[in-house]
Amino acid sequence: MDKFRMMFQFLQSNQESFMNGICGIMALASAQMYSAFEFSCPCMPEYNYTYGIGLLIIPPIWFFLLGFVLNNNVSVLAEEWKRPTGKRRKDPTILRYMFCSITQRSLIAPAVWVSVTLMDGKSFLCAFSVNLDIDKFGNYSFVKDMSETEKIKLLARIPCKDLFEHQEIRVAASRYIKCISQACGWMFLLMMTFTAFLIRAIRPCFTQAAFLKTKYWSHYIDIERKMFDETCKEHAKSFAKVCIHQYFENISGEMHNFHRHRSSKDESDDEDEDKKKSDEEKLLGIRAQDDMNKVLWNWHTCKPALALRKDQIDGENNGRLNGEANGAANGFVKGHTHNVEKKEWAVYYSKV
Amino acid sequence: MERLKLVLQYFQSNSESISNGICIILALVSVKLYTSFDFNCPCLPQYNKLYSLGVMIVPPIILFFLGVLVNRHTGVMMDEWMRPTGNRSKNPAVVKYLFSAMLQRALLAPMVWILVTLLDGKIFICAFSVSVDPGLFSGLPNNTGLDVIKIMAKVPCKEDVIFRNSSFRKAVSRYVRCYSQAVGWSILLFLIVLGALGRLIKPCFDDHATFLQTRYWSNYLDVEQKLFDETCVLHARDFARKCVVLFFEDMREDTVLRLPHPPFITNSREKWEDEEEERLHGISKQEQLDQLLCKWYYSKPELDVTRIAHRPRSCVTWEDRDGKTLYSDV
Repeated sequence: MDKFRMMFQFLQSNQESFMNGICGIMALASAQMYSAFEFSCPCMPEYNYTYGIGLLIIPPIWFFLLGFVLNNNVSVLAEEWKRPTGKRRKDPTILRYMFCSITQRSLIAPAVWVSVTLMDGKSFLCAFSVNLDIDKFGNYSFVKDMSETEKIKLLARIPCKDLFEHQEIRVAASRYIKCISQACGWMFLLMMTFTAFLIRAIRPCFTQAAFLKTKYWSHYIDIERKMFDETCKEHAKSFAKVCIHQYFENISGEMHNFHRHRSSKDESDDEDEDKKKSDEEKLLGIRAQDDMNKVLWNWHTCKPALALRKDQIDGENNGRLNGEANGAANGFVKGHTHNVEKKEWAVYYSKV
Repeated sequence: MERLKLVLQYFQSNSESISNGICIILALVSVKLYTSFDFNCPCLPQYNKLYSLGVMIVPPIILFFLGVLVNRHTGVMMDEWMRPTGNRSKNPAVVKYLFSAMLQRALLAPMVWILVTLLDGKIFICAFSVSVDPGLFSGLPNNTGLDVIKIMAKVPCKEDVIFRNSSFRKAVSRYVRCYSQAVGWSILLFLIVLGALGRLIKPCFDDHATFLQTRYWSNYLDVEQKLFDETCVLHARDFARKCVVLFFEDMREDTVLRLPHPPFITNSREKWEDEEEERLHGISKQEQLDQLLCKWYYSKPELDVTRIAHRPRSCVTWEDRDGKTLYSDV
């Protein structure tokens, strides 16, 4: 468990490592999906080619698009591309760098699917069995008597073990086509690896300084977005805390601040009294069933306005009076005017 | 678990150890790739040799490129080779050391592939079964009407009908496999002797002191690059945090508070209220927040956080009920 947590933390700490992890998982998923998929060639001349080549091409496209969907950087790229310039200039090299890195990672799972399909050979066999020259595999007299369409129909049945009677031709032909398919597969792998080698090993020869710059700023954009989201979350939490606290204070109608001030002057060191005080404070002035019911009812029927009071000076309940000062549309003031007035009266009476 | 952790820590401590670890992993991948690859000899005279030599040569090239790609030293070496001199003199010995280290590690996986194919023998049988003299063995099937060459080409294929009830195929296969394994073991012996000689004789030619220096400085270059990348990441994080906080605080407004009568009771605010106030960065209204979020999209702040040391404070003005200013920070 500890090992997994460490690995998970390491992967998450660096965004690139995390994306590499996702990339690796998708490649494994691609290989696993191929082995779990039951290839079934239609064995009919009109559909063989479509099925064979379709299976070679469409799943890679699907995996490529899935790579884009799973990559978080796609939305970062789109945002950076569409944002108005404002005070910050836009750098096209950063956009290009982000796009290239997203594309490179998304290409791995499709490449794995294509190479596994080619190495296995079934899709090539299905697609190209009609193009075989059957004389290559031996002298088969029964083929010569057939018409063109019948010959093609016969060749189309080669990929299906149970539909084709002459096993030697089938085995020889499938071996031949599989051989070609595997050769194509190895060539494909060689080409991909060589291209990757050129890009990664030779690139430092050309644009190293500019590359460092684009790498830093594209990473910065990603981190800035995360920081902004984090700051917004923290802010929302604090906003909600203060808002709810002020709501409870307003609804309770007690001068618990006044009481607190009076008792804090004694400066008692008694621990129990401290605990009692903090429990009292947690009640936020709500001590009766009716008050609590009122709190809960009002929370649904009349939520407070999204405008915090600034209780910056003293413990008086002048926060309520600040409601006038804020000036913003304040449902709070309008909805509870009679409450506020009552409390003001209370204040006056006790102060006098 | 403790042992595994220690082993992992040992490998990670030194960049050379990491490269060695990756190199070994690639060699294991090479073996796994060979065992999972479905070798499929065409059993036709024109294509046998082409296919077999292709399978023996193309995968090692791919593994070599992969070995160069995953090795960290490649990037370090290319950087050191291509950089302008600047304030730091260039040492060609370091570049040469890095190049030879990278080459040696990248060559391991291809050699493993070649050795495994030779010791297994399937590829040799496929390639050279047509070159075997069938007269050496008895039991050549002569009732099929095919040429000798075509029959010999079919030897690698076990399921073929013409070899049923005959031990000819097995005899030829065993003969060719024998050759293949001999070649494989000879290559292995040659490589090991070369390695041993190299290890023994090198101190006679190379200056050990210079070698220690080059090894130190090549390790240093690797560590320096890693630390630079890490510092950039941490710096970007701090920069982003300050930029966002500054953006929030820029939206802070000056506040105006009204009182019914002058304050005479003071009370310190609770600590948690102060913390929350700090986290709010002065944004405490829905309209302010909406404006802030809108501005974040339409007009991102410039990339300059020098003002963070001298941020403006929000000013508070105290007024009484009639609007007369009692005190103002402005």
